[in-house]
Amino acid sequence: MPIHEKSLIRPENLTTHDKLEIDGVDVSGHWSTFIESRVLTDYNEALQDEVQALPGGEAVHRCWQCGSCTNACTVNAINPDFNPRYWIYLIRLGMEQELLRDKDIVWQCVSCNKCTHVCPRDVNPEGVMKALAHWLELKGHTARSPSTEFDEEFASQVFETGKIEESRVIRGFFRRTGQPLMQDWLIAMTRRMLRHVPVKLLLAMGLQGLLRPSTRSWGAARGAIRDYVARRERENRRALGLDAAAHQGD
Amino acid sequence: MTTVSPQKDYREVAYYPGCALEGTGHAYDRSTRAVAEALGLRLVDVRNWNCCGAMEVKNVDPKLQTYLSSRVMSIASEEMGHDVVMAPCNGCYHNLKKAEHDIANDAGSAEVVAELSRKAGHATYQVGKLETIHALDWIKRTLGDEGVRSRVKRPLTGLKVANYYGCMYTRPRHIFPEKDKGPGSESTARPHFMDDILAAAGAEIVDYPLKTACCGGAHTLSDSDLSTKLVVNLLRAAEACGADVIATECPTCHSGLEMHQVRAETRFGITTRPAMLYFTQLLGLALGIGPKALGIHENVSSALELVRERGLA
Ligand code: SF4
Ligand code: SF4
Repeated sequence: MPIHEKSLIRPENLTTHDKLEIDGVDVSGHWSTFIESRVLTDYNEALQDEVQALPGGEAVHRCWQCGSCTNACTVNAINPDFNPRYWIYLIRLGMEQELLRDKDIVWQCVSCNKCTHVCPRDVNPEGVMKALAHWLELKGHTARSPSTEFDEEFASQVFETGKIEESRVIRGFFRRTGQPLMQDWLIAMTRRMLRHVPVKLLLAMGLQGLLRPSTRSWGAARGAIRDYVARRERENRRALGLDAAAHQGD
Repeated sequence: MTTVSPQKDYREVAYYPGCALEGTGHAYDRSTRAVAEALGLRLVDVRNWNCCGAMEVKNVDPKLQTYLSSRVMSIASEEMGHDVVMAPCNGCYHNLKKAEHDIANDAGSAEVVAELSRKAGHATYQVGKLETIHALDWIKRTLGDEGVRSRVKRPLTGLKVANYYGCMYTRPRHIFPEKDKGPGSESTARPHFMDDILAAAGAEIVDYPLKTACCGGAHTLSDSDLSTKLVVNLLRAAEACGADVIATECPTCHSGLEMHQVRAETRFGITTRPAMLYFTQLLGLALGIGPKALGIHENVSSALELVRERGLA
């Protein structure tokens, strides 16, 4: 999969003239496309430090821009704008505005670890993607992504009981994201399951909600985890220069 | 670092089913236990286990995931005295392996694990005490290909199988120090343990180029269209290889393939033929176990129809 660097040039900076002559030279048409030069003055010098302070972003400074991560990336193969190497480049240079152009797709990383597997510099690009998505949300550049909603629904159940119950996670996620539980394809899937599995058993699977799986004597672990999460949240916000005090009460 | 030692007895191991095997992956748990029974292998459930954190807790904080996995490993080793734990789920297997690696190599992770273990009131897991293996390793180390072959009662003759391993079983390589060690070891680039086992069970293995591609399991609900696209790729590639079956070794991959096969049909009118079966279901059939005891009737795809049609049930 080639990396089309042309997509990195903003379309508004490409100009073609139907009829133009400069110093007696005809520069009309497609073959004389001009790329307007950019002047960058808005570096965020703290950007790399901020991403590094978030979990997963620790080793971003090690990147030597080989491009192996993007070349191996599952999401890049579907959407060429999803470009971990390029985003790491922007993080390292502090080019925040440029980075924000792609802010709405960063969360789509599927954590397949193809990048981390091939990275010759132990950058852990998968972790950097998560740190970057986290950074975008903490800074208020993006709304909470569906992925964050899912992670939090899932994690809150683990923290609460030590285990998860899948149907409860699914219901919780649909509730959080305002989607109906009765999705056409979920109904179609249930119908198929009914071919061989009696309704009684399916109901029993649904009723698992009543006998929620949980880990015994989880109370002490629950308390320790909650304290740790609250502490990390404060540390993350502080590293990004956000008001930590507002969250101290958690 | 734990290595395969001849003294270890893999015929009796601690068993960590994990949350998925109590829910959508129920048939994987059932077939794994049925296979163990048929082969005289003993699985001792880890007492009072907790979730390993799956794909989600690491996004809240990776060290928390390390702690969750370490608690399971602490119970299996310190409280129950086991030196091997078997996890059939790729997510659990991966997280326990990663915890072993991170506690050994990252002081920050070790510190968080020690702190949380102390506060939670259990022993801190000690690196090297426990070897985490996958269900594939378990069959390989107890029976091996020859052992499987000698116990086959109903060979899977004529069944064309594409083996799908997904992401978490091989990537990233640094958490699997025992892989890529030459002949006999598992390969991270071209894993083959499931191919070997099912070939020994008599199946016809097709050369499946997407065996370690991603099914998009992390976003199965949060970005469903992307997952459907990735799954359709997997299904179509298997079809193009002539496979009747995609054999799986992970509950998340398995239910992702099944769910998005239905979703591709419902939402996009894309129909694909392969049926999904856990490798333990296929192995179980070959060992002469009935389809019901292997939970094949619980599969969403047309697995039961297929095995009946082929006279395997
Ligand atoms: S593979 Fe690693 S070193 Fe290469 S560009 Fe990606 S992050 Fe940088
Ligand atoms: S983990 Fe994310 S960034 Fe890395 S290859 Fe997979 S999808 Fe791409």
